[in-house]
Amino acid sequence: MYRYDEFDQAAVDERVVQFRGQVERRLKGQMTEEQFKPLRLMNGLYLQLHAYMLRVAIPYGTLSAAQMRMLAHVARKYDKGYGHFTTRQNIQYNWPRLVDTPDILADLAKVQMHGIQTSGNCIRNVTSDPFAGATADEVEDPRPWCEIIRQWSTFHPEFSYLPRKFKIAVIASEQDRAAIRLHDIGIRIVKDAAGETGFEFWIGGGMGRTPIIAKKIRDFVPKAELLDYATACLRVYNALGRRDNIYKARIKILVHEMGLDKFSALVDEEFARIKGTVALPEAEIARIRAYFAPPELPVLPATSTAFEAKKFEDRAFRDFVRSNVRPHKVPGHAIVSISLKADGIAPGDATAEQMDLVADLAERHSQNEIRVTHEQNLVLPHVRLDDVHDVWQALKAASLGTANIGLVSDIICCPGLDYCDLANARSIPVAEAIQRRFADLERQHAIGGLKIKMSGCINACGHHHVGHIGILGVDKHGQELYQLQLGGSGAEDASLAKLTGAGFPPDRIVDAVETVVETYLGLRDGDDESFLACFRRVGMAPFKAALYEDR
Amino acid sequence: MKIVKEGAPVADTWTHVGDEAELPDGGAVIVSLARFKAERDALMGRNAPLGLRLASHEPPADVAEDLGRFEVVALEFPVFRDGRGYTHAVQLRQRFAYRGEVRALGDVLWDQIPHMLRCGVDTFEVADDFPLEAFEEARTVFSNHYQPDTTGRRTVFELRHG
Amino acid sequence: MAMKVFTANRLSDGTVVYIGPGDTWAEVLDHALVAATAEEEAALKTRAEAAVKARLVVGAYAMPVTVENGAIRPASVRERIRAAGPSNRTDLGKQAAI
Ligand code: HEM
Ligand code: SF4
Repeated sequence: MYRYDEFDQAAVDERVVQFRGQVERRLKGQMTEEQFKPLRLMNGLYLQLHAYMLRVAIPYGTLSAAQMRMLAHVARKYDKGYGHFTTRQNIQYNWPRLVDTPDILADLAKVQMHGIQTSGNCIRNVTSDPFAGATADEVEDPRPWCEIIRQWSTFHPEFSYLPRKFKIAVIASEQDRAAIRLHDIGIRIVKDAAGETGFEFWIGGGMGRTPIIAKKIRDFVPKAELLDYATACLRVYNALGRRDNIYKARIKILVHEMGLDKFSALVDEEFARIKGTVALPEAEIARIRAYFAPPELPVLPATSTAFEAKKFEDRAFRDFVRSNVRPHKVPGHAIVSISLKADGIAPGDATAEQMDLVADLAERHSQNEIRVTHEQNLVLPHVRLDDVHDVWQALKAASLGTANIGLVSDIICCPGLDYCDLANARSIPVAEAIQRRFADLERQHAIGGLKIKMSGCINACGHHHVGHIGILGVDKHGQELYQLQLGGSGAEDASLAKLTGAGFPPDRIVDAVETVVETYLGLRDGDDESFLACFRRVGMAPFKAALYEDR
Repeated sequence: MKIVKEGAPVADTWTHVGDEAELPDGGAVIVSLARFKAERDALMGRNAPLGLRLASHEPPADVAEDLGRFEVVALEFPVFRDGRGYTHAVQLRQRFAYRGEVRALGDVLWDQIPHMLRCGVDTFEVADDFPLEAFEEARTVFSNHYQPDTTGRRTVFELRHG
Repeated sequence: MAMKVFTANRLSDGTVVYIGPGDTWAEVLDHALVAATAEEEAALKTRAEAAVKARLVVGAYAMPVTVENGAIRPASVRERIRAAGPSNRTDLGKQAAI
């Protein structure tokens, strides 16, 4: 894992001092709320429905045990004992007091964490593959590049007042576990014929009111030019992105309205002018890469007798392995996902005690590393197969052993009207009701991989546009209503979900979801045809018929 | 209004002249881009210092060839959220190697000053009660930076390697 | 005119508050003053604006309510949740104290 040097530490410490001063000026009346708002937002501090809300970055989703313990400490000391892991590798606290936030940020700085640029019209927290460094299918670990981008984007003098927020995600495998095509810039690390690292750039993706899938703008940006090329993209956007209408201000609209070719030509022109100016010395790349050297895992037999025996004896463990455990690139090890989607808990929420437990497990069984996924779950990336059963036992005892990763009840869900100031409808209670309806794990496994994603308003924080089943809460004459969308994907086969038709009231939306699932089960071409594949084959019509025709 | 340069108020020798107003005889004036375009020849030939005022949607590239004639380019920040001026300042300094004064005016906030300085703004036109403390803080708030900027200071990426 | 209550978040800690009697901002909706006439609403609005200026609260606005058997009930789901707390966690927010 990366560790701050004195430069990084100073930057974060100085930021805390700066923010403390800003809070003081606000409290003393030297600043209006209007002036203060963008400043607090750039430190992750919102004002929500019930209270302030603090968003803390988990850059590219990597946490050490000590960092996780600090997150638990913040939850206990300054909040109400829990936190919410979001779809952008952040954690949100829902109850901090304004007057405490400088102290919270000072505590976080002690473990090299911060809320810098987790909101505001700037370059946001860089996200990545939660399996980075552990999965066999990557060309290299993407996280050094994420860290380089994190540093380059931190307090960027030119790009802190962009037309709108700017989100960058980086992956290094074909399989996309970070939804790069739904980011303002998505980067996939590739190698050229000579084995040199370079970057495939995707631009102009995003969700919100007008979802658009990113377009590929470059096949290969050489590594030394990564920051030059990113600077060129950002500069064109900052100069030309729309500022007349907040809903049209994202880069996706600029690229869409201008056309990729024209946008790309402007970027190329700027790129040619500035090539070589954003120096990224080879020695610096090597320095940052060294921090991400793979942990020294012993090469063990590919199968573990203890592990196989437990699977044989214990059906529940077998289920857990099936959904939550994935192969590691080093034989004899596994990537273990921890579901934050237990029954009756808001998706993504974890208590301070749970965070502490995960920290302990990371220390004992996962090389001190934890990952946070965009699907609002946690990951222990480097677990010995021999230990998986023990890990699972410990997780289970803390209500963290749910065997539902990728299944119907592993729902992505934004906070909705229970917390969010912008919401039109509640989302958490609907997610919980769906989880209850599909509580039978056997049934979930029989249904197979199915991603339900839900947002409480059109901003799409819950990724409903790219859910296999997407649910959007709307407000119709003061009543909560839920629109259903089908066939989206945020992965390498990205597609936007399509609306089924009229929305459903709260007491009918769960039935509607079940109808969709039952329809799929009736239509699928064998147990192996996933919901998404089936939908793509048969189209919307049979689902529409099942949902609306016998009404 | 006061003019602040290097953290201290300085005398303003410039007059902003509206598009309809008559040009004073001699004397340093700042005119809008529209006026400059309409009266280019007369203004270029005028025997007095000339400054240009650019609205936030007017890139310096629009007057690239004539930039050498201006001693001041004043960038408007109509609302603090409008960040185009940062890019325009960088373009002035880097792409066009503009050496004259780059002045920020309009909705400039305390905490934006460090960024503006780094982008090449060297002069600020602010309200009379704008605290000078802000300019002091701007110089000390961050001891290093990760990105190259118009000040030419070495970045953290570079400093780490001697 | 629909009856209204003025609400905001307290600047220092973000707590949801309502204009109450005298100089107070109440943390509990039941203690809020209800404006039933345009004059009453205008008076509360003046107080709300002054409190924003005095940096007691942020984002003050009027919200429609009904009064049933003496109990104040916000008209919107949003305001009912604000007044109580998250509907999925009755142990949190103002409802937790009741
Ligand atoms: C509760 C406070 C929150 C507020 C006020 C908020 C606000 C917003 C807004 C306004 C947008 C739309 C941006 C646009 O269309 O340009 C947005 C998008 C998004 N938010 Fe949130 N959000 C909140 C919480 C969350 C949470 C909890 C998550 C994760 C679960 C999240 C993840 C996202 C994502 C992934 C997007 C879509 C990005 C895109 O459009 O490309 N946000 N948010
Ligand atoms: S989607 Fe809407 S309701 Fe949900 S968190 Fe985002 S802004 Fe709030």
